[in-house]
Amino acid sequence: MSDAEHAKTVLQGDDFARMLKRIAHEILESERGADQLLVLGIHTRGVPIAARLAQLLGRIDGAEVPYGALDVTMYRDDLASKPTRASRPTSIPDGTVDGRTVVLVDDVLFSGRTIRAALDALADHGRAKAVRLAVLVDRGHRELPIRADFVGKNLPSSRSERVLVQLEEIDGTDAVLIESPAGDIA
Amino acid sequence: MKHLLTGALRREDAISLLDAAEDMHEVQDRQLKKLPALRGRTVVNAFFENSTRTRSSFEIAGKWLSADVINVSGSASSVKKGESLRDTVLTLAAMGIDGIVMRHGDSGAAQLAADWLDVSFPSVRVINAGDGAHEHPTQALLDAFALRRRLFGAQSRGRGLDGVRIAIAGDIAHSRVARSNALLLPALGAEVTFVGPPTLLPPGADTWNTTVTTDFDAVLQQPLDALMMLRVQLERQRGAFVPSVGEYIVGWSLTDERRAKLDDDTVIMHPGPMNRGLEISSRAAEGLQSAVLEQVTSGVSLRMAVLYSLIAGEEPQ
Amino acid sequence: MTTIIRGAKILGGETADLLVEDGVIAEIGRVSAEGDEIDAAGLVALPGLVDLHVHFREPGGEQAETVATGSRAAAQGGFTAVFAMANTSPVADSVAVVELVHDLGRRAGLVDVRPIGAVTVGLHGERLAELGLMARSRANVRVFSDDGKCVHDPLLMRRALEYVRPFGGVVAQHAQEPRLTENAVMHESELSGRLGLPGWPSVAEESIIARDALLAEQTDSRVHVCHVSTAGSVDIVRWAKARGISITAEVTPHHLMLTEELLAGYDPLYKVNPPLRRDEDVFALREAVADGTIDIVATDHAPHADEMKRTSFEDAAFGMVGLESALPVVLKTLVEPGHIEIADVARVLSSAPAAIGGLTGYREPLAVGAPANITLVDTADSSVFTTERLAGRSLNSPFLGIELPGRVQHVLHNGYRTVAEGKVVE
Repeated sequence: MSDAEHAKTVLQGDDFARMLKRIAHEILESERGADQLLVLGIHTRGVPIAARLAQLLGRIDGAEVPYGALDVTMYRDDLASKPTRASRPTSIPDGTVDGRTVVLVDDVLFSGRTIRAALDALADHGRAKAVRLAVLVDRGHRELPIRADFVGKNLPSSRSERVLVQLEEIDGTDAVLIESPAGDIA
Repeated sequence: MKHLLTGALRREDAISLLDAAEDMHEVQDRQLKKLPALRGRTVVNAFFENSTRTRSSFEIAGKWLSADVINVSGSASSVKKGESLRDTVLTLAAMGIDGIVMRHGDSGAAQLAADWLDVSFPSVRVINAGDGAHEHPTQALLDAFALRRRLFGAQSRGRGLDGVRIAIAGDIAHSRVARSNALLLPALGAEVTFVGPPTLLPPGADTWNTTVTTDFDAVLQQPLDALMMLRVQLERQRGAFVPSVGEYIVGWSLTDERRAKLDDDTVIMHPGPMNRGLEISSRAAEGLQSAVLEQVTSGVSLRMAVLYSLIAGEEPQ
Repeated sequence: MTTIIRGAKILGGETADLLVEDGVIAEIGRVSAEGDEIDAAGLVALPGLVDLHVHFREPGGEQAETVATGSRAAAQGGFTAVFAMANTSPVADSVAVVELVHDLGRRAGLVDVRPIGAVTVGLHGERLAELGLMARSRANVRVFSDDGKCVHDPLLMRRALEYVRPFGGVVAQHAQEPRLTENAVMHESELSGRLGLPGWPSVAEESIIARDALLAEQTDSRVHVCHVSTAGSVDIVRWAKARGISITAEVTPHHLMLTEELLAGYDPLYKVNPPLRRDEDVFALREAVADGTIDIVATDHAPHADEMKRTSFEDAAFGMVGLESALPVVLKTLVEPGHIEIADVARVLSSAPAAIGGLTGYREPLAVGAPANITLVDTADSSVFTTERLAGRSLNSPFLGIELPGRVQHVLHNGYRTVAEGKVVE
């Protein structure tokens, strides 16, 4: 089956941008400003989202908000049961998260296992003052006691469906898609 | 790639190892130098021939990846007691380990170990940490890694060594480092020249993917991005390869005079351990051009990348 | 006792019956006598094969082979006589050891086992062994060799040649200049350079052969060159023969077929001395057998227990077994490509080695009145060579898994059947 056949666009274009902007405002409101914030994207699509979010935060708050990338590959709990995954570079401004309020950013929150790995990875880079989680889409089906602090869109889905986030920087367009396997169209 | 036995890698495999090493290298700047990737995995350093530096490098690499690392050394191993190499390898594998890092004085030993294990313990990976006068692939990879960082810095990721000119000087015939580099560096696009006394060039070296010459000074007159000096093994002098140490120095040592003629940005490398004053002068070994200590640092990152790539995941179907 | 072999192709030619009476070939033609019958329809009758170069490991290496198990391997391969090399433990450098080997061969009873005496005491290359006493012993030694080691001291080689001449002895030289081959484990070549294995250059063999040819000329004595392996050696032997020097030469089946490329995986099975060489050497060796420069094929049958081969290439023992595969390999490498005829096989694998070794009864292949040493071969058979065809104690054959022509079906040794239907008769 081709992706297009059973893929449904849930969100795109301006809606997408508005969603990011809303998350930025929520973060500023909840954290009382951008001071001491550090935005870290989780590979792959969390990284460009984090960059955009940091820029939005900076623009709204009038101060530069540092951002970076966090690779969680080495911390995954399914490393041994899959072919070896390639690692990605981690880049943390100033090399430490000590004393910062870290906003972890990912595209889709699903089982929660990636976030668990990210929390472990983060701990190896110092002691953050606090850690928040921002995701574009929460599709449910959590397997760990983890929840997001900032959610762009709650998207109830069945386990067999795939939720895809497309980004201008990687895919050439901004969109959220939901994809059903063949013969299982909702 | 199941085992790492040779420097004859496909370009894309080599680059992905070097890129993984970049990610590992970042760990060295952390306070907490530990990744959980190989938690619950066991790696045996089976060193049938002594090598403190390579063994330590692999041991640190394994430990920083949270693997349990066991060292089996030549003198303590049963090989000396008449147990066959095959029995020793299979015995270690039977203890449920995930990987063997093997150093052996005989060429082809790692290849044979991999062949035996593929039959009896197919999940165990073999990493060749030097086999006789044959190969030392992690040394070649770390050389490529250190050189790439020197030349391209933060822009290293994803790159080969295209058009990079490297001369390797000294006892080529007995050097496993030279052999692995002769396979790996050209695969990454580098141009390699071997230079050494005619008696220390291997038979058929002219058929390798390298230029071969005996005239060191002529090599130094050409533009060079890197110059790698190999260790001269003094004990081989008895084999009458070179008339005298003095004659070797006159012909093939990186003396202060020769170093002065090098371009300022030619990187000086040496796989160690160095015979200062023999194949390389102290100043050449320690100057700003020298990447000798970077090579050592790079060794840990590169070996972490190798251990991670081979051992962390399931074998690809 | 009477045996009639029915309808064999005599030396691959005319079909005839052979009548064997009291251990002697009594008649060849249409035989009407009665007795034990062997149906040899379609089989080729060859004289019993003679191998001038085997290692039976006894005394001292019985875990790899004994005279008895080696005799089985020989019989299985169609041989009725073998010459057992002296590098046993203790070395066959005395009357006691050569007589022991001789007696063990008698007891095994499958082939004539002729001991080869060491040239020097302990194969140390320092002083001559008791060559004359071994010649006069009941082992009747005529071939002397330090095989495994080269008699590299020119003075010692000269003395040995001089000393064996009066009683018709021959020195069989393992031509390997020791200094040029220190630690050497494979042919010196581009491949040895890449594999990082110490090389064994061709010149190390050729220089000794050239020297020995000149010493044989000087002493007017006979020298035999074991396992010639290079094209250059062939040239030197050809030159020496043209000059009238009493020099003979052998080639092994493996050097007629296998090359160094097999070593790329470091499998010690292919570790042998002299080493496997290049294609051009193999072709030169085949042509040298065809034109008579090389006189004989000899196996250098070198059994090794598994543990000697299940180790690193450099650590492993040299050698491969060859008795059972010798005739098939000769058919494949020399007869099939047309270098020699089947009738020539009788020469290179029987009458010529017997003549060099001073063995009587093999002078004329399948002659009426000669001892009934007869090998019947199904030359039409072609099959994958497997361990089932190995009758000795060790399995280190490089030919396993390779399809080879020819299968020995029956062997008579002095009129007694030692092989029937392809199996050794116990």
